[in-house]
Amino acid sequence: MIENKEIRYTQEKNTKFEIDTAPNGIPLNYKVLNEKIHQAIQKGYEKVLLNEVCGQRFIGASLQGQIKLEIMGLPGNDLGIFMDGPEIIVHGNCEDQIGNTMNNGKIIVHGDARDVVGLSARGGKIYVKKNVGYRVGIHIKEYENKFPILLIGGTTKDFLGEYMAGGLIIVLGLEIKDDGTVIENDYPICGGELGTGIHRGKIILRTEENLENRLGIGAKVYELKKETEKTITPYIKEFCQIFKIPYDVMNEKPFKVVKPISKRPYGGNYCGNLI
Amino acid sequence: MSLNHSIPSYFHIKVDREICRKCKRCTNHCSYDALSFNGERIVSDDSKCVACQRCVAMCPAGAIRIEKNDSFLPFHGNYTRRIRNIIWAQSGNGGVLLSATGNDRPIRTIFDDLLLDACQVTNPSIDPLREPIETKIFFGRKPKKIVFSEDPKKLNNISLKTEFMPNFEIDSPIMVGHMSLGSISYNACMAIYQAAKELNILAGSGEGGLHQDFYEYGPNIITEIASGRFGVDINYLQNAAGIEIKIGQGAKPGHGGHLPGEKVNTLISQTRMIPKGSDALSPYPHHDIYSIEDLAQLISALKEATRYKVPIGVKIAAVHNSAPIAVGIVRGGADFLTIDGFRGGTGAAPRIIRDHAGIPIELAIAVVDKRLREENLRDEVTLVAGGSIRYSADLIKAIALGADVGMCCMPVLIAMGCRVCQQCFRGLCSWGIATQQEYLVKRLDIDVSRNRIINLFHSWNEELKEVLGAMGIDSVESLRSNRDRLRYIGPNPKIADILGVKHAGE
Repeated sequence: MIENKEIRYTQEKNTKFEIDTAPNGIPLNYKVLNEKIHQAIQKGYEKVLLNEVCGQRFIGASLQGQIKLEIMGLPGNDLGIFMDGPEIIVHGNCEDQIGNTMNNGKIIVHGDARDVVGLSARGGKIYVKKNVGYRVGIHIKEYENKFPILLIGGTTKDFLGEYMAGGLIIVLGLEIKDDGTVIENDYPICGGELGTGIHRGKIILRTEENLENRLGIGAKVYELKKETEKTITPYIKEFCQIFKIPYDVMNEKPFKVVKPISKRPYGGNYCGNLI
Repeated sequence: MSLNHSIPSYFHIKVDREICRKCKRCTNHCSYDALSFNGERIVSDDSKCVACQRCVAMCPAGAIRIEKNDSFLPFHGNYTRRIRNIIWAQSGNGGVLLSATGNDRPIRTIFDDLLLDACQVTNPSIDPLREPIETKIFFGRKPKKIVFSEDPKKLNNISLKTEFMPNFEIDSPIMVGHMSLGSISYNACMAIYQAAKELNILAGSGEGGLHQDFYEYGPNIITEIASGRFGVDINYLQNAAGIEIKIGQGAKPGHGGHLPGEKVNTLISQTRMIPKGSDALSPYPHHDIYSIEDLAQLISALKEATRYKVPIGVKIAAVHNSAPIAVGIVRGGADFLTIDGFRGGTGAAPRIIRDHAGIPIELAIAVVDKRLREENLRDEVTLVAGGSIRYSADLIKAIALGADVGMCCMPVLIAMGCRVCQQCFRGLCSWGIATQQEYLVKRLDIDVSRNRIINLFHSWNEELKEVLGAMGIDSVESLRSNRDRLRYIGPNPKIADILGVKHAGE
C-alpha cells in the first residue's frame, strides 16, 4: 500500500493537495481535518490526499461536486455521510456506516468495511474489496436517476439489505488477497435474516449455498434472469477493473437473486374502523 | 343465516326534507360516501359518516344536522361503547387498529389542574399594552459562561474568548409541530409555513422531506431526520433554521412510520425522494443509533455536514425515563431538545400505542427541566415541549414548568377548519387538510388558512403578554422554569410533588 501512495503522489503532484492528518504523530481532530479538506476544495483542488488517517469520523461529510479524496489509513465512522458526488478511495479498511445517507458519488474500499454500510443511501456506488459486517445496505432507496449500488467482494453478515427500498446489492463471496490472487471465500456468503422487510430492489449473491433458511420476512430467492445479468455485468466488470481481478472467476458459481415477495408485505395488517 | 355483527354507527345524519333543495352539494362534498342522491332525495348511510361536518357547512339551506346515535346500546360502565366497538372491529377484520390525531381517552389533563399567579401590592404588575414585554426567544445552544481574554498591559484590549454556537431569534415561544407533506396537504403546509414566516415563529417539516417550494420559508423551518431519512439531502440540511433528529413521537413512542404506496403521488415522491407508488417505511429505530454515543455521533455528523451553522436537536417522546435520556442527549451535543407528550398527534398510528404509551408532557417537562438543572445543563439547551398544547393557557403553563418553546399542531389544524373527526389516516379529509387528493386539497384556501393561523398565534402572544404583565414579569425568559408562579389544585398531591409546584394555598 505504501508503494501505491508514493507512485500516485508523484504522478499527480501538481493537482493534488496533500494533508498530513497526524502531524508529529498526533492524529488531528475530525473537525480540524474536515476543515482542512474544505479549505483545500475552496482553493480549487479537485484531488485531496489524506495521509495516515487514524479513525477520524465524518470524512467527506456532505461534500459536493467532482472531488476525489484518497485516504491512506483507517477512516472512522460515517465516511462520506450525506455526500453528493465526490469519489473516495480508501487504501485500507473502514469502520461503520460508510456512505450513510449518500446521495451520489463513489466509495472504493481496498479492504474490509464494517457494519451498516450505505445506510439509507439514495444513490452512488460503494465497492468493497473484502468483507463487510452486519446490516449492510439497510434501507437503501432509489429515486429517478439515483440508484445506489453496493458491491462486496467478500462476504457479509446478518440482516443484509434489511428494509431495502430500491437499488442493488451484489455480494461476490470471493477472497481477494493483497497480492492479487483470488480464491473462493471459506465463510458463508451472508448471515441470517437476509433481506428482511425488503419491499423494492434486488440483492444478488454469487453462491451455491442454500439461502432459503436464511431469508428474512418478505424476501424470496429467485434464479438470475438474463436481463438482470445484463444490468449487473457492467458493475462487476468495473469492480474487477478497480481491484485488478480477472472477470472469469465470476462464472465459477451461479448468481442468486433475492427479491421482495410483495410491495406491500403488511398491507392487510391494519384495520381502520371508526371506534 | 349469518348474524350481522357490524359496528353500530356513532352518528345519524338528519336531513330536513322540508327545506332540502336537492342541490346535491352535500353529496359532492362528502368524501366518505355517506350521502348520495337516489333520484328523488338525498339518502344517508350513517355507518360511513365520521361527523366531519363538511355537509353541514356546505348545505345552502342549512338542512343537515349530524346527531349522536347512542340510544340503543345497553349501558355498561366498564364495557363502554368504545371497548365494545374495538372488540367488534377486531373480531370482524382482525389486525392492528389504526387511529389519528392525539390520544382521545378522557384522561385528566394536568394543565387544567394548574393555576397561575398574579401580582398584588408587593410587586407591581405591568400593563402589556403600554409597557414593553418581551416574548422573543433565542433558539440554540448557549455557552455555559462568557470568557474574555484580557491583556493586563492594555486595559482596553479585551476580546471575547468564548466560542458561540449557532443561535437564531424567534418572536414568540411558539412552534408549529412536525407535520409532513404526506400527513397533511400541500396547501396546509404552505399556509403553516407562510404564517410561521409572517409571525417569525417556527414550524416543523416532519420527516417527509421539504418540497422545493418551501425552501424560501427555510429560515423558519426545523427539518427532521428520521429513521427513514426520507428527502434528506444536502439541500434539505442547508435550507433549514435547525435540524432535528427524530427518535420518537408522542403519539407513537418507539414506533416507526408507514406511508402506504398508494399515497405516494408525484408530489410526495418528489418531496420524499422515493419512486411513485413505493411504500415509505420508517424503521422503528435509527439503525445507526443504538446508544447515546451513537446519537452523539449523528449529532456531530449533522453539525459537520452543515458546517456548524445551524442548531442540531433531538426529539424524543415523553416516556418513563425521559429525564436521564434527556441528559444523555444534551451531553451528546444536542443544541435543542424536543419532548412530545403522550397526547401528541399523528396522521396515522396504531390505536393501542396512541392511546396507551407515554407519559403526560407536563410531568415530562418538569422532570427533564429539574434533572437538567441538577446536572447544570439546563441553561445551555433550548427545550421545546409539545403533546397537546391546546391554547395559550397550556403554553404559558408549559413555559412556567420549564419549556422554552411550546409546540402544537392540532390548534393550527382546527384553525384551518379541522373538525377533529380523527380519520386523517384514511386520506379522505373533506376539509383538504389531511389528504393528498387534488379535488380535496383545493378546498383549503391557503390565504384564508394562513391568516387564521396568524390570528390565532397573534392572540396567543397577546395573552402570553397579558399573563406576564399580571405576574409582573417583563420577559418570557423570566417565566421559563418559574414554577413558583404555578399552584396545583388537582386531586393528587403526588403530581404536585413531581411537578415541583406547591399546592394552591401554600
